Amino acid sequence: MKLQEIKGILQCDLLTGDPDLSLEVENVVASDGMSEILAFLCPGALMITGLTNIQSVRTADVADVLAIVYIRGKRPNEKTIEFAKEKGIPVLATELGMFDVCGILREHGLKGAM
Amino acid sequence: MAEELLRKAFKIYGRNFDRAGETSTEIKEILKGLNIDSGIIRRTVVVAFEAEMNVVMYAKSATLNFVITDEEIDLEIADKGPGIADIEQAMEEGYSTATDEMREMGFGFGMGLPNIKKNADQLKVESSVGEGTTLSVRIRLNPNA
Repeated sequence: MKLQEIKGILQCDLLTGDPDLSLEVENVVASDGMSEILAFLCPGALMITGLTNIQSVRTADVADVLAIVYIRGKRPNEKTIEFAKEKGIPVLATELGMFDVCGILREHGLKGAM
Repeated sequence: MAEELLRKAFKIYGRNFDRAGETSTEIKEILKGLNIDSGIIRRTVVVAFEAEMNVVMYAKSATLNFVITDEEIDLEIADKGPGIADIEQAMEEGYSTATDEMREMGFGFGMGLPNIKKNADQLKVESSVGEGTTLSVRIRLNPNA
C-alpha cells in the first residue's frame, strides 16, 4: 500500500513538507518503546508510535523505517519535525489511537514487522 | 593484519536527553561515507544508540571509542556510573531498573542490553558497582569470515 493511501485511511496530517508519498509500505512496527522497535530490524517498515520526542525520530533513522505515524493526536515539536526532514523521514499524525490504527492497517492487508 | 580505516572518540554526557543519540547519528554518517553494507550499519548503530541511551539514562558521562578496520568495527563504551551488580540479570529481556521518566522517553523497557547482544558478534560487559561499566562490542564486516 502506498503511503498516500495510508495517509487517507488514517486521516493523517502530513507534518514534513512535501515528501514522496508514492513509497510502498508492506510491514508495520508499532510501539511506544523505542527499544521494542529497534529489536525488530525491519528496514522499510512503517513506524506507529505515541512517543513524539526527538528520540522517536532518531530511532526511526537508526531502524531505517520508511515513515512515522504519530497517534492519538500527539504532535512532535518543530525541532523534531526539522530533524525528520533532515533525515528524509516523512512524518504523519492521526487522531486515532494505537488499537484503531493497527486494526485499520491490518484490515487493509498490512503485516506486522515483528 | 587488519588495516585501520578510522578511529574516533566521542564524549557522551549523562542526563542530557535532548542530545542523546547524536553520537549514534554521527557514527551512521561515517559508516555510510565508508560505503559499509547497510545491514552492518544498522546493527552497529543500534548497538551505539542503545549504549548511548544507557549512558544518558544512568551514568554521569562516558567515552565511546569507535574503531573501524577493513575487517571489523569495534565499539567500546566506558562510563562513569552506578555500575551493574548482576550482569546476567541485566542481560535478560524485560529486566529493567528504569524510572518512569526514562520510560516516558521511550526507553527503559529492559531491551537495551539484549538488543546490543543480538546485534554484536562479540560482546564483553565489565562493571564495577559505584564506578562504572564498560561495554566492548565487535561487529565483523564479513559475517562469514
